[in-house]
Amino acid sequence: MTDTALADPEVGGEDNDSAESSALAAGLRGLRLPTVAVGLAAVAGGILLIVSGENPLSVYWSILDESFLSGSGIGRTLEKATPMVMGGLAVAFAFKAGLFNIGGQGQLLLGAAFAAWVGYNFDLPLVVHLPLAMVVGGLVAALLGAIVGALKAYRGAHEVITTIMFNFVAGNLTDYLVSRDGPWNDPDGGAIARTPRIRDSAIIPTYGDIPIGFFIACGFAFLIWWLLNKTTFGFEIVTTGANKHAARYAGIGVNRIIILTMAISAFLAGIGGAIQSQGLFGRFEASNNAGLGFDGITIALLARTNPIAVIPAAILIGGLNASTTRLQQDFRIEPEVVSILQALILFFVAAPSVVRWLVRWKAIGDEEAIQLTGGWGA
Amino acid sequence: MSTIKPIPLVLAGLSLLAAILLYAWDGQQTEAVVSRAVVEAGPLLLGALCGLLCERSGVINIGIEGTMLMSAFAGFFIASYSGVIWIGMLGGLAMSAVVGLFLAWTSVTLKQDQIIAGTIINIFALGFTSFYYVQGRTMPGVPRVAIPVLKDLPFVGPMLFDHGILTYSAMFIVVAVHLMLYRTRWGLRTRAIGEHPSAADTVGVNVITLRYRNVILGGLLAGVAGLHLLQSASSFQRGMTNGKGFIALAVMLFGRYRPFGAMGAALLFGLLGGIQAQLQFKQALDIPPQFFGMIPYLLTIIVLAAAGLAARPPAAAGTPYEGA
Repeated sequence: MTDTALADPEVGGEDNDSAESSALAAGLRGLRLPTVAVGLAAVAGGILLIVSGENPLSVYWSILDESFLSGSGIGRTLEKATPMVMGGLAVAFAFKAGLFNIGGQGQLLLGAAFAAWVGYNFDLPLVVHLPLAMVVGGLVAALLGAIVGALKAYRGAHEVITTIMFNFVAGNLTDYLVSRDGPWNDPDGGAIARTPRIRDSAIIPTYGDIPIGFFIACGFAFLIWWLLNKTTFGFEIVTTGANKHAARYAGIGVNRIIILTMAISAFLAGIGGAIQSQGLFGRFEASNNAGLGFDGITIALLARTNPIAVIPAAILIGGLNASTTRLQQDFRIEPEVVSILQALILFFVAAPSVVRWLVRWKAIGDEEAIQLTGGWGA
Repeated sequence: MSTIKPIPLVLAGLSLLAAILLYAWDGQQTEAVVSRAVVEAGPLLLGALCGLLCERSGVINIGIEGTMLMSAFAGFFIASYSGVIWIGMLGGLAMSAVVGLFLAWTSVTLKQDQIIAGTIINIFALGFTSFYYVQGRTMPGVPRVAIPVLKDLPFVGPMLFDHGILTYSAMFIVVAVHLMLYRTRWGLRTRAIGEHPSAADTVGVNVITLRYRNVILGGLLAGVAGLHLLQSASSFQRGMTNGKGFIALAVMLFGRYRPFGAMGAALLFGLLGGIQAQLQFKQALDIPPQFFGMIPYLLTIIVLAAAGLAARPPAAAGTPYEGA
């Protein structure tokens, strides 16, 4: 099991007395590792910043100030966090079945492009148009996910490689669709490869500084939580993830679960792309969504694959990303510093034993380590 | 272990035949295509050998992409600032050894999930090499050697014996890895700890040390692969690996975890890459460039689907060793 909430009561440590762990206590215990991991990543990142001649404290203060301490800052953070919630959900959901979807980038691009196409090409009333564009975007991505799942289930092609390869395929395909020779090109765009503007009836609005798309994403987080915890299908997914052979023995159609899980996972990433087009940019532009792909991995692991915890994790990483422009202006720091911080967070979250060794905190237990695969064939 | 790998062999044979026919039809173009194929196969082969060494020892390495990138980055900037290509190449190798050490530490000692460990390497490498990237620098080129007599051989001469030194090193390394893996005590032990570590442990093999050594060695091979990319591109670009580290994994699987199998698969990928480049260059087909761009990636997926179930991974790949 990968879920912290299900971890055994602690052996030793300071909360022996709360052994009958209430949901709250379990939740708080789940917060411990991610919090320490983020702290350690900040320290390690600080060392890298010192190496490149910056004062880490003023850099971190700038991030906080820019992304979390003003209305427009919070709006920008939530804007960045929205596709990340969806990307994080996509990765977390696939994890539950023991699958690693690192193709969020390609799935997001497909969702973004197809949602934009439905958005500009058709003239429909808002109640139909807006959800239709999102669902079409999601479904095209889901189709890609289903292919990945089928290749895994029937041909043993590992999803880590196929999803990465499909990232490049989807990137090229969407690039072509909106390029000058492509069918969806905006004739007014000049040299910019993009679609025409999405009609108002498919635009996801913004309320003041706050993007409504963020709440749609949160809705999906609760939906996925419900699906995993309250339905038979969710139980089948988690069982498959815990032990494929036992699941098969119990009569679960493992191949069907693998294909459906990948399809739903990709659907979530595709919806993330659709919200980008419909809520943020108002069109699909080839260069707009670069680099969002890997964020989902960090976020899913930071959330310990819990769908609800994906939301705060995405807000944190979204905040980091929302501050890159300011960091570039104030310190001439390249935006990629955020990827370094993310890799560090990922490292510490995925390696509780290092965290325990570094902070000498016994309460961070071994059972919290995420184990995902037992090899290529698994 | 004696099962022959029919698919790569047949494909290698077919491509050789095709190459000969093409040569008879248009020598110059064929030369260009095959020569390019050999160059493109280099990094894929070296990356695949990295994956092969690691997995044969029981450690899955999906951080090949990141290792290649880190090595190319270090190689380029150290060569650029020192002005000496050899120092740069040593720097790149050192960097890739460090990355290999990191993977060994996380997966062997910390027993962290190996797929996640590799992903951390890939994300970190992309961030690190972009963050510390400096624009507008150049480096001295990697030496190119035309081997005197051999290069004048008809047909194969210009294709095989007029390359940068790292392309030769790839040819050399694949033979070396094969011999070491199947003809030495080290090789037997390596295969043993990848299949049945506790049995190897019982007869006195130090599983932990050997895994460390092999994963670092694998890192070095991925480092050579990164330098090979640098040899072709002659400067560092952000994200210049472009998924080649993952294609290398497909090459490894297609070659069924065998060095020469990987070589056949890498040459096949290289050949298709060479043909693609030539068609695009000659504008022989009226196809948007994006579709050309998809070919290697689609091909990887098809190859994986074709080879997938047939390639049996080492039994212990992905499982940390807990002791006998």
